[in-house]
Amino acid sequence: MGAGHGHKLHFHGHSAVHRAPAHLKILALLAFMIVVVATPRGWYPLFGAYVVAIAAVIAVSRVPPGYILKRSVVEVPFLFFAVLLPFVATGPQTEVLGVTVSQHGLTAGVALLVKGTLGVLASLTLAATTEPQDVLAGLERLRLPAQLVQIMSFMVRYLDVVTGEMQRMRIARESRGFSARNPRHWPVLARSAGALFIRSYERGERVHLAMLSRGYTGKMPR
Amino acid sequence: MSTPVLDVQGLAYAYPDGHQALFGVDLHVHRGERVALLGPNGAGKTTLVLHLNGILSAGSGGHGAGTVAVSGLPVEKANLSEIRRRVGVVFQDPDDQLFMGTVRADVAFGPANLGLRGEELDRRVMGALDQVGMAEYVDRPPHHLSFGQRRRVAVATVLAMEPEILVLDEPSSNLDPASRRELADILRSLDVTVLMVTHDLPYALELCPRAVVLSGGSVVADGSTYDVLTDDVLMKEHRLELPFGFDPTALPRR
Repeated sequence: MGAGHGHKLHFHGHSAVHRAPAHLKILALLAFMIVVVATPRGWYPLFGAYVVAIAAVIAVSRVPPGYILKRSVVEVPFLFFAVLLPFVATGPQTEVLGVTVSQHGLTAGVALLVKGTLGVLASLTLAATTEPQDVLAGLERLRLPAQLVQIMSFMVRYLDVVTGEMQRMRIARESRGFSARNPRHWPVLARSAGALFIRSYERGERVHLAMLSRGYTGKMPR
Repeated sequence: MSTPVLDVQGLAYAYPDGHQALFGVDLHVHRGERVALLGPNGAGKTTLVLHLNGILSAGSGGHGAGTVAVSGLPVEKANLSEIRRRVGVVFQDPDDQLFMGTVRADVAFGPANLGLRGEELDRRVMGALDQVGMAEYVDRPPHHLSFGQRRRVAVATVLAMEPEILVLDEPSSNLDPASRRELADILRSLDVTVLMVTHDLPYALELCPRAVVLSGGSVVADGSTYDVLTDDVLMKEHRLELPFGFDPTALPRR
């Protein structure tokens, strides 16, 4: 039951983007996001330039574009809202492909879609070229409060453990003939989630005990 | 005799919910001994272990009596950090023990809490990893190691504190036979006093000349592991069973 090697978002490589110091990459991502968000909606050529910029960084990093595109599926729920906007917003109407939609909604939806996608692509590029450990070290160098970095490092460490536990619970459920196909099965999933929460909570307590046993006093040594 | 490394006298403890786990436990372990702590589930083994480094005590919410001393130093609030250096506890699930991003950071966590830095810290980390044969994995994240490797790193995290007594909770659980034997070789090679909580009776016989049986919160037997395992009446009374086909009397006496 050993975990796979490499983090699922990380793509192993040795390009200039991979080697760049993590804190610079985080700052670059932050600056890029602020610029993207601050760009007025209608300036489409500029958004085109942003896309070209990200594509260039991805090309330099030698991460296959498909690798990043596949992972940008996380964006789908947001896209759903972006697509919904033209239909629910009010104001002057306009016609697109024979369907009447709100003009404000349309521009807002397109802006949300474009800005959101840019953000997801940029973040995934950071994740693909930087080990989670390095991201944390970078945040630490940027003087993020130590407690926050600690919490995030625990999250990175135990993500695999908790998802592994979740997988095993699912397999155990399915081995007894259960699979969640419709809402009637949701109570079972809810109970599983509850059990998972309690197990994780108890694991947290055991981890704390093990830390105390090695002389932890509330501050991470550095 | 010299001061025992571990001196437990009349230890009793009841959890805050009223459940009493220990009823007057006496236990002495001397330098260089390897002792197996045997007993059925619910006998109070884990409760006893958590008293040894002061995680549980009469003052921690429950009700208790008796004393624990490590090389003469009583386990009380004022000495906790020194006690936790002297008593190294390796917990059963290595995922509980290994929580940092790399093996190096994890092994360094204990000695760094003791105030070690720089070269001295590095020396401790590499020394401990060498002792368990994991030095080449020093920069790997723990969750990428196999279970047996993680168990060995967990032992190293405690060895790095140079403890006087190593307390292992079920060291052989969930290991494949080869990892189990490798861990036995490692434990035998260490120059440290060992108290090993286990249900793996052949493992206890292999590694520990002395065994203590805890049952119902008190010590019911304390003698050579061979004598304990061959005492059928004692074994039956305290829900201890040898695995199928294992006969200690058929082994050459050591």
